Amino acid sequence: MIEARNVGRLFGDKRVLRGVDLDVPRGGFALVTGPNGAGKTTLLRMCAGLALPSEGELRVDVTRERIGFLAHDPLVYRELTALENLDLYGKLYRVLERKERVGMLLERFGLWEARHERVGAYSRGMTQRLALCRVLLHDPALLVLDEPYTALDAQGADLLDEQLDELHGDRTFLVSTHDPERVERFATTRLVLA
Amino acid sequence: MNYLADVRALARKDLLLELRARDTLPSMLLFVVAVFVVFHFALPAGSSDRAASGLLWVAIVFTALLGLGRAFVPEREQRVLDALVLAPCDRSAIWLAKSIATFAFLGAAEVVALPVFALFFHGLSWSTVAGVALADVGICTVGTFVGATAVVTRARELLLPLLFLPLAIPLVIGGVGASVVDAPGRYLAFLGLYDVLFALLCWAAFEYVVVE
Repeated sequence: MIEARNVGRLFGDKRVLRGVDLDVPRGGFALVTGPNGAGKTTLLRMCAGLALPSEGELRVDVTRERIGFLAHDPLVYRELTALENLDLYGKLYRVLERKERVGMLLERFGLWEARHERVGAYSRGMTQRLALCRVLLHDPALLVLDEPYTALDAQGADLLDEQLDELHGDRTFLVSTHDPERVERFATTRLVLA
Repeated sequence: MNYLADVRALARKDLLLELRARDTLPSMLLFVVAVFVVFHFALPAGSSDRAASGLLWVAIVFTALLGLGRAFVPEREQRVLDALVLAPCDRSAIWLAKSIATFAFLGAAEVVALPVFALFFHGLSWSTVAGVALADVGICTVGTFVGATAVVTRARELLLPLLFLPLAIPLVIGGVGASVVDAPGRYLAFLGLYDVLFALLCWAAFEYVVVE
């Protein structure tokens, strides 16, 4: 599903990624590790279609409506409630039975009671849970997750583990993390960026 | 139909954000009224109506700039633009929805500003009002496009006026012309042509300014 050959990326004169080769088959789970500044986020952004490589060839064999992208930032509006945020994305992604799907995700991630609160009033952990709801809302075929465990408490991290357990093998994953032990058991491909 | 539904959902979201945060419209209103008050006292007694018409357009352009500077702030703060760009809707829907929302804020500011102008200076002709409405379309379509270009850069506060003001010069020429001549048809047609041409250009090019 993802095929990268000698992919590199420059921002002006600054090189952030060089000569990356990566093959992730459909249903695979690629684990990307490396120190800060190694280019993990840049690689993930390119695979999600948010940036183009400066050199090399990158093929992601899935249309953008089938990609779920979890970034460092939650990518939700702070002035809207959780329900309004997910409803907006549900409309844009043309999610069938949107209200039921939104309700199910909010309940699963423990946000149902706080669904009418503005996201600005959420804790960082709650916002990350909402971000995960947003990513899963349209049932993506490719999940690109950048540091998915960031800010999650033990319960939130367990919830994410459950989701990964449920979805891995069925969906394709590209996950970057500083805590590889947590998802090591799912990994079918490993990429270490220097 | 999906395209229009996307535009409606995105524009509704922008209006809702403004209703909650009240960041943009109050500052635009205060600014434009304050500018008219300053101009009222700064212009020497007996100044021509033509000079006042010019001031109206200066106030409109800079009030719009204030709104445009705020247009992509919610998207920038949480990098939400990434999520919108990833959504399967046509990316130009993001631009069109934001243009509609900005048009609504600018229009609302002008609903207050134009009577204040008429009160402080001279009455408003129908051609001035028509010119303002047509210029607003151009200001919002071009300004939103430029705002999206600027928002991903570090020098966004500087870049927006630097890119927008030269592009707004034809609008000022058309607007002032429509306000002061006896037969404003030619100037109004010019504003209409600008709106159509630049709206098409922005619509077609928006996709390329939101992907790195």
